[in-house]
Formats: sequence, C-alpha cells, structure tokens
Amino acid sequence: MDIINTIKEQIENNTILLYMKGSPNQPQCGFSARTVQALMQCGERFAYVDILSNPEIRANLPKYANWPTFPQLWVDGELIGGCDIVTEMFESGELQTLIKEAAASNAAD
Amino acid sequence: MQVQQQIQQTLEQQFDPAHLEVVNESHMHSVPPNSETHFKVVLVSAVFDGKRKVARHQLVYAALAEQLAGPVHALALHTYTGDEWSARQQGAPDSPDCLGGSKAEA
Repeated sequence: MDIINTIKEQIENNTILLYMKGSPNQPQCGFSARTVQALMQCGERFAYVDILSNPEIRANLPKYANWPTFPQLWVDGELIGGCDIVTEMFESGELQTLIKEAAASNAAD
Repeated sequence: MQVQQQIQQTLEQQFDPAHLEVVNESHMHSVPPNSETHFKVVLVSAVFDGKRKVARHQLVYAALAEQLAGPVHALALHTYTGDEWSARQQGAPDSPDCLGGSKAEA
C-alpha cells in the first residue's frame, strides 16, 4: 500500500497515536522519552509507531504532517504537537483533559 | 555562515521578536564536538498572537525549512506572545537529555 495511505489509516484508526523513536518502555531519544512519559501519566491506552524501525514512515510523515521532527502526538486525527507542546500541555493540565475526553468518546463510539 | 547565525538572522527578519534565544545544544547529544545539529529556540513575537501552538511551530518550521532539511536534526521550540512571556517567571523549560537514538539508527 502507498505509504501515505498507511499513515492516514494509522491516524484515522487510532484515537491516541504517538510517533516516536523507540518504544514507550525503551525510548531512544530524550524528546520521545519526555513525551511518552507525559502521555503515560494521563492513564489511557494509546497506540505508538516506532519510526526508527519504520524508515518509510519516518521519511514521509513530516511532509504529510507539515511537521519536520519527532515525536508527534496525534489525537482524533489531529496533530497536537511534539515534545515541547505536549510537555507544556501536560504541565497546564490541558493534555490530561484532551486525552481523557478522546478516550471517553472513543469508548462511546 | 554558521547554522546558528542563519537561524538567528532568519527569525529576526521574519518574526520581529521581542525576545529571541538560539542555543546550540548539540553538545548534549551523541554527535561530534562543535556540531550544529540540535538547537533550542525561545521566541517571543506578536506574530503568535491568537495562534495555537501547532500553528506557531509550523510558522517557525517553515521559516527554517532549509536548515531543517539539511544540518539541523532537532529544534526545541518555545514560542510565546508578549503577554505569555511576561507572565512566565522562570523563562523557557530545559531540553531533555540525549538517549543515544542516533546510535540505534546507524
């Protein structure tokens, strides 16, 4: 399948999706580690894609997202941001609200 | 021209910043000495008024597209409006430590 279609499907089919370097238990980059830590503390299930083991996604997602770096957090099909934005939202409490609402609306569907 | 200066000049020209810091944080990562790969930018500008964070970062990424397509690997971005910046007591947050991802990529 075309890689852009793969990316679209991933984003559509996963309410909370993190593109990161490494895995949540073994992040390979400080920015990914900080982002996944904030996300895990929200206490909801989320999907992730390790872009180090998916070089095609790593090469193509930045163009699709208009966002050149990783990690990238997507919620309800929308790009929320990278490490700096996610961390700021976590510290202000916005992230917890966003993630809980997304998880709840997904469960209700 | 050095990458750090390019970033500095481009942002000064395009954002008319009230406050701008461009910090080379490459030494914190697993790259050779004197590299220009990892940067942190703190940018305070009226351009950001009424814009969400994603849109602000996309504006900066667009301005620095050339650098990001070339030497720059990571760009920690802290974007504020004038009001947001004066409301902050402690300046911008610190960047995280490296976990050696470029070795895993090799």
